[in-house]
Amino acid sequence: MADKLLEVTDLHVMYRTDDDNVYALNGVDISVEKGKTLGLVGETGAGKTTLALSILRLLPDRVGFVTQGNVKMNGVELLKLSEPDMRLLRGNDISMIFQDPMTSLNPIHTVGDQIAEVIALHNEHADRDSIEKKVDEMMEMVGIPAIRKSEYPHQFSGGMKQRIVIAIALACNPKLLLADEPTTALDVTIQAQVLEMMEQLKQKLGTSMILITHDLGIVAQICDQVGIMYAGEVVEIGTVEDIFEGTQHHPYTVGLFGAIPNMAEGSPRLHPIDGLMPDPSIVLPGCPFAERCPHRLDKCQKERPQAVPVNSGMHRIKCWLAKAVREE
Amino acid sequence: MTAENAQKISVENRLRQYKKKSQMRTIWNRLKKNRLAIFGLALFLVMLAVVSTADIYYNYEQDAIAQHLSLRFKGPGQTAGHPLGTDQYGRDVLARVIYGGRISMFVGLATICVSLSLGSLIGATAAYYGGKVDNILMRIMDVFLAIPNILMAITLVAAFGTSLLNLILAMGLAGTPKMSRIVRSSVLSIIGTDYIEAARAYGTSDMRIIFRHILPNAMGPILVQATQTVARSVITVSSLSFIGLGISEPTPEWGAMLSAAKSQLRYHPYLAISPGIAIVMVVVSLTLLGDGLRDAMDPRLKN
Repeated sequence: MADKLLEVTDLHVMYRTDDDNVYALNGVDISVEKGKTLGLVGETGAGKTTLALSILRLLPDRVGFVTQGNVKMNGVELLKLSEPDMRLLRGNDISMIFQDPMTSLNPIHTVGDQIAEVIALHNEHADRDSIEKKVDEMMEMVGIPAIRKSEYPHQFSGGMKQRIVIAIALACNPKLLLADEPTTALDVTIQAQVLEMMEQLKQKLGTSMILITHDLGIVAQICDQVGIMYAGEVVEIGTVEDIFEGTQHHPYTVGLFGAIPNMAEGSPRLHPIDGLMPDPSIVLPGCPFAERCPHRLDKCQKERPQAVPVNSGMHRIKCWLAKAVREE
Repeated sequence: MTAENAQKISVENRLRQYKKKSQMRTIWNRLKKNRLAIFGLALFLVMLAVVSTADIYYNYEQDAIAQHLSLRFKGPGQTAGHPLGTDQYGRDVLARVIYGGRISMFVGLATICVSLSLGSLIGATAAYYGGKVDNILMRIMDVFLAIPNILMAITLVAAFGTSLLNLILAMGLAGTPKMSRIVRSSVLSIIGTDYIEAARAYGTSDMRIIFRHILPNAMGPILVQATQTVARSVITVSSLSFIGLGISEPTPEWGAMLSAAKSQLRYHPYLAISPGIAIVMVVVSLTLLGDGLRDAMDPRLKN
């Protein structure tokens, strides 16, 4: 097993609203190895962004709470760090790329200043010239001429803004990059460019990454490992090969793949998964997918399945069926 | 701990220096293109210059204070040496308007400085931290808001004693609740944006987020309120003067001149017009400048 950079174990997150409690994460276990990319896939509301925000400890004040679990980075428990220590970590060791580049840059500061700010915040001894040099370097690295650093965000196109955001996120060579749907707001050709660039930078800087996305194509392209999330749980996790090729899958994963058009076979009609995600404000005793599952057993709705390793690697599935298959 | 703080401060300083050159220059370049704003700036600077160099062409005691009853109620242009005429005690109106500007302009600007800084601090803190902090701060402000401005100023001046400094503090404090409400609401509209969240994710401290990322973006409505308040505080000073808590006679001051001219309005309207125009000029110049500054600070409105 390679070195683990980040380990999240049994993470529970709850949003407390006026009306009721929403259980957003219910026992998430993931780990990211050094220099590797973990893709998180799942439909809207599965808790992907919540997971990223809880790693950074940026859940909304007074509303979002981590109720249980650990987040360890290089053996340090992030959930127990003091706020000033955590602030030093953010942007320096862990950085985040947000979904919408149109709104994640401050409109009244030049892009160069915004890159410089992160560098200055985390390198207290750097002087102005070296900060400037680093800004130029970062801008060239993401493929934008350094001359444009004195321009404002509104003077850039969407794809270029996302490059700037990536430059900010990578400016302090973070060990871990959380990318929350970094390409969703971009059109397809720009998507490809940005992804390729992120992949190259990752190689160059040795950064680990958690890539949150809806798009299984992107996952296949740049991830090493994949976690499939459903209703606040990681229902299946494994290497890209395990998920795309393996023999055993969680029924939800099968459903997800069934909803993608298959170019080779030309299926006449796609098969969406029937039903909706369960109401996250109700704690279900059993498997959250049971309601929609075509292979439901009696105990699925009564008992919660545990993650079961289904091969010698890291492929694990949270399903009663998976266990049954292995015991045979 | 102190070493850490010192380090932090040095980072802030460095960042500020780093910014200053480029940003100040771009703001000035953009402001230059706005003719109205430049007109406002020029008007304000001229008034400032005239008021601060008054001693060169007037003698304070002789022209603005001493009474020459033989020359009372000379209209503008009636006598040589009194271009704006003389008042009911024969004092030169122009000299009094100019010397009055020293107090009125100073009080107006100082008051807005007090209520702007206090209001920004309270409003931004309340909006940023939300929850209990917000509730406590805003309920306190509500209590103060329930007391009429002038009544509050009277109370404060009466409690602390009559002096120019107390007057400014009292009126600044009286204007704070309204200012903090406006700051709070415009900060709230900025706080939910992604770039604030992003700033947090890059490890920016709370104070830095408030002062560098939120307040500059929330400046528009705050500036408008600030320029209006300048005019209002000039008038408030005169009301306070009227009941003996502000600037006492015979010290010239625009508000006091206006209220003294009120009784002569029918036969000698010029007495009210001169200080009135002076007040309007200050307000107009500040409003134009404020407007232009806001536009110049917002890069999106550049072209």
